[in-house]
Amino acid sequence: MPSLKDFRNRIASVKSTRKITSAMKMVAASKLRRAQQQAEASQPYASRMSGMLGRLVANLDMGSGAPLLMAGTGKDDVQLLVVMTSDRGLCGGFNGSIIRLARLKIRELVTAGKTVKLVCVGRKGAAALKRDHGDKIVKTFENLGRKHLSFADAALVSDYILDALEQGEFDVCTLVYNQFKSVIAQIPSAYQLIPLSVDAGAGKAEEKAPADETAKALYEFEPSEEGILAELLPRNLSVQVFRALLDSAAGEQAARMTAMDNATRNAGDMISNLTLKYNRARQAYITKELIEIISGAEAV
Amino acid sequence: MAEKLTDKTFQFELVSPERILASEEASMVIVPGGEGEFGVLADHAPMLSSLRPGVVSVTSPAGEVKRIFVSGGFVDVTGALCSVLAEEAVNLNDLDRASLEEKLKDLEDDIGFAKDDHAKASHIQKNIDIVRAKLAALAQAA
Repeated sequence: MPSLKDFRNRIASVKSTRKITSAMKMVAASKLRRAQQQAEASQPYASRMSGMLGRLVANLDMGSGAPLLMAGTGKDDVQLLVVMTSDRGLCGGFNGSIIRLARLKIRELVTAGKTVKLVCVGRKGAAALKRDHGDKIVKTFENLGRKHLSFADAALVSDYILDALEQGEFDVCTLVYNQFKSVIAQIPSAYQLIPLSVDAGAGKAEEKAPADETAKALYEFEPSEEGILAELLPRNLSVQVFRALLDSAAGEQAARMTAMDNATRNAGDMISNLTLKYNRARQAYITKELIEIISGAEAV
Repeated sequence: MAEKLTDKTFQFELVSPERILASEEASMVIVPGGEGEFGVLADHAPMLSSLRPGVVSVTSPAGEVKRIFVSGGFVDVTGALCSVLAEEAVNLNDLDRASLEEKLKDLEDDIGFAKDDHAKASHIQKNIDIVRAKLAALAQAA
């Protein structure tokens, strides 16, 4: 049976924890708003770029000599997984679900006889994957966009991927990140970056609807279709990475907000529970003393 | 740009990966295309072009000219819309010659150190080219 003092200490400590979690929740909420705004603001660039890509691809007959980024190396033996997690913890299942998906992917690929290489973005993912897949990690990015996520941060990652591709270090590159669906739902998803077949197809389909066929045929390209494509594709890769980073950043804050909200609520429950127990114990103590006094008086 | 070629205007957009920097009516836009500068008027033939580092000048319907430095990118022209996708864009008036020259010197020092690291060297070289283009744009404007 804990003493009254123990109860008091316990209640005080839970109270101060609650203060911390509720402050974190509020901080996360304001950061989330900023992250969402940023994600929204970056939308026009991404959509215009995919529109351009679609138009280019529609004009280009993709027979021979398609760029490496588009066609890949034609093999799928070496798989590069880019795993995006957060740098900080205390955000609920945010990192856990991504790491679980990454582990699943790794296991799938390894059983299929592929070589897997890992690029970790975010300290949490690197720390968790180091334990069983440390030998596969080829590069870790930490503290990306700590204050403000900029396009340059995304370029850092995409430049690394491009370099590795040019040196033939992998055949297929897949991005594993938390897609920001809503404040309460972040969906861990895998998105294939290289070869970029899905995106081009989508762009084409999109383009077909509004633009009529003749307008498409009249498009002029400078320097040439292939020339622009060669410049556009690496840029597009950066844009995809940037988009994923923004999604992940917004998701992290959203997950933290929900987690801290839960923690605050739990702390509140715990305090009322403890207060109840404390009062009961105090009451019992008083009763006990009274009985002692009364029985002492009776004995005289 | 003294005489107006056409009264028709079109929409001009300047978009960076982080946000839309400008979206306005324009009567003429001159962009530094990958194969030379070209002007865009209303009803220009649809066209896609890459951009090299240089100055985009936008003439508003009122005849004011705005000069914006872009560090490269793409331009997508349709009859009614001219959108410039640029990673970095600065108003030419905001560029400062002294600080740019200092930066150029720093970068040139850096490239000396980064001789062995090819990737790093090419990255620095790219930055040098951009700073040089900024200086050239300033010199031209002056």
